[in-house]
Amino acid sequence: MPQPLPIFSETISMGQDVAIIDAGIRFDGFWAVRHIDVHIEKGEFFSFLGPSGCGKTTLLRLISGFLEPSEGQIRINGKDMRGIGPNKRNTSLIFQNLALFPLMSVSENIGFGLEIRRVSKKERNKKVAELLELVDLPGSGEKKVNELSGGQKQRVAIARALAVEPSVLMLDEPLSALDLKLRQHMRAELRKIQQQTGVTFIYITHDQTEALTMSDRIGVMSRGRIEQLGSPAVIYNTPSSPFVASFVGENNQFQGKVQTVNGTTALLDSEAGPLHGRNPFKLQPGEPAVAFLRPESISFDNKDAPCTNSLGCRIVKWSFEGAYITMVVRTGVDKKITVRLNNSGSSLDLQEDKKVTISFDPGNFLLLADREREGV
Amino acid sequence: MFRLISEPLKIFGGIGTAYIFLAVGVWLFFLVIIPQVIMIDYSLRPVLPLRDIGGPKDIWTLEHYVQIAGNSLHRTIFAKTIWSSLLVTFFALLICYPISYYLAQVVKRTTLGWLMMALIIPYWINELLRLFAWQIILADSGVLNQVMLWLSLISEPVNFRAGNGAVIVGMAYAYILFMVFPLFNAIESLDRNQIEAARDLGASWIRIHRRIVIPHAKPGIATGCIMTFMLAAGTIAAPQLLGSPSSFWFTEIIYNNFETANWNQGAAYAATLAGLCLLFVFVMLRVFRVSLKELGR
Repeated sequence: MPQPLPIFSETISMGQDVAIIDAGIRFDGFWAVRHIDVHIEKGEFFSFLGPSGCGKTTLLRLISGFLEPSEGQIRINGKDMRGIGPNKRNTSLIFQNLALFPLMSVSENIGFGLEIRRVSKKERNKKVAELLELVDLPGSGEKKVNELSGGQKQRVAIARALAVEPSVLMLDEPLSALDLKLRQHMRAELRKIQQQTGVTFIYITHDQTEALTMSDRIGVMSRGRIEQLGSPAVIYNTPSSPFVASFVGENNQFQGKVQTVNGTTALLDSEAGPLHGRNPFKLQPGEPAVAFLRPESISFDNKDAPCTNSLGCRIVKWSFEGAYITMVVRTGVDKKITVRLNNSGSSLDLQEDKKVTISFDPGNFLLLADREREGV
Repeated sequence: MFRLISEPLKIFGGIGTAYIFLAVGVWLFFLVIIPQVIMIDYSLRPVLPLRDIGGPKDIWTLEHYVQIAGNSLHRTIFAKTIWSSLLVTFFALLICYPISYYLAQVVKRTTLGWLMMALIIPYWINELLRLFAWQIILADSGVLNQVMLWLSLISEPVNFRAGNGAVIVGMAYAYILFMVFPLFNAIESLDRNQIEAARDLGASWIRIHRRIVIPHAKPGIATGCIMTFMLAAGTIAAPQLLGSPSSFWFTEIIYNNFETANWNQGAAYAATLAGLCLLFVFVMLRVFRVSLKELGR
């Protein structure tokens, strides 16, 4: 664990909490986001995850002050932010395209916020040097912005945003333009910087891996609403709605009707036959349900421990992906299921149309109410 | 050098390339180089009766230029022309910067078309008519005086046309388009996120313009200023229609020379004006640190 850098002056407290209270905004009669209720703790790394057009950027602009909510409130550190412009809020926003100032050097970019705050040149230079250290770009201050690589620009944008000692830092999909390796590296880097500075991070992404790896909590958004709020593990393991289950990670879907309920488990009369599953949302017998099964929680030709759920299938196709093997199998009633196996190194005898048995634990077979089919 | 021809040849083919080179060549040679050379040649020859032209007395001489340098009245008029043209440029910039910013960054795309149209419509009317309109507005019994009298802002009509004021106002109006378009183009290419990023970092509106918008728009500002300045320094209609006897424009001296058949002297005045304006523009470009390359952006 690296030592925290003393980049924040002691007088300024670090992270502040952000309370979004039943907030919504309407454009031309259409609610872009509505009924948003989230309390983001101080020093938290919070992500809004959702497909494009779900309103997450709008929400970010509400918090940073570029937009005012049509209803509800945004409170930062307990204070209602209505009427306070983005230049008066103690928040910093990192834009999707970074929006670095191309006519200024790296130092001038990072020092811009301090220049605005009339910090003396000497102090400014000191702070800029510290920030360049923090983002791992020491000595690059004199460079022009367009001499930097994508990852370096990213770091400059982070340093520029942190220079004004924000209590809340917002990031609008800042890693989407980077290649995979760099993205993975920057994720770790961002997390590290967040822990070092203690600033509240609000991160926006459509990339579930990004949200899952970095966040303390995630708010999954769809069509201007928050679908589910929780830790990455909860979001991934116990999605509360079919949307979350299919948006976050890969999932096999089974439609059916609840047959019997036994404590926390239930038997689903599914399209692939009767299957046992977890029933955390207490569905009742006879209710239409949709069940989700992760490809990686399925085991393959498991002969030692007999499982409650097992299905005889034939292999449709398979692909070798290095760390795992992904394959699509077809059950007797032609239901296709994706299976992901770890590559154990031992050669599996795979070929098309081969008969296999797949099995999975009821704990990994999650039953959710099928709202679209309710009343069918 | 070879690529200069081979590149367009690949894209436009033989006829296309020939056409492009012909068009550029005709423009550069017949419309730029030849007229300037003829004018300078004229300015370097003495005024002679027709029969002496081409004779032994027709030699190159600097007498016209010496005469200009020695004429203190004309030197003053020249300085006044430059100063007034600067004022015209300054006022045009002052009016056009907010208009251009509004058009380029604020207004919606659909409204933009209509506003652009509104900017252009007045230019469908002949320039002389627009200047006459200003004459009517600024006259002693003109619209402006009438309104101000009616509002009791003044007790007797103001003679707007006494000094250079009317000329400067008329010209600032006449050249708005030449200032708006380069400014608009420059400001429009600024990523709006940069404005918002600066705002998010705490910058006030003035600061955003000073540190982000104006530096970005500098080449456009330079182009607009050069065009306006050159047009203002080179115009004759506005000072003749709106000026008072005391506000004599340098171009009017040139005009008078040509009118009195003193072409050689007139050419010398014209060459002086062109040369000094060019020098002035280069000095300005140096002062504001804009390179010629940026102007082409």
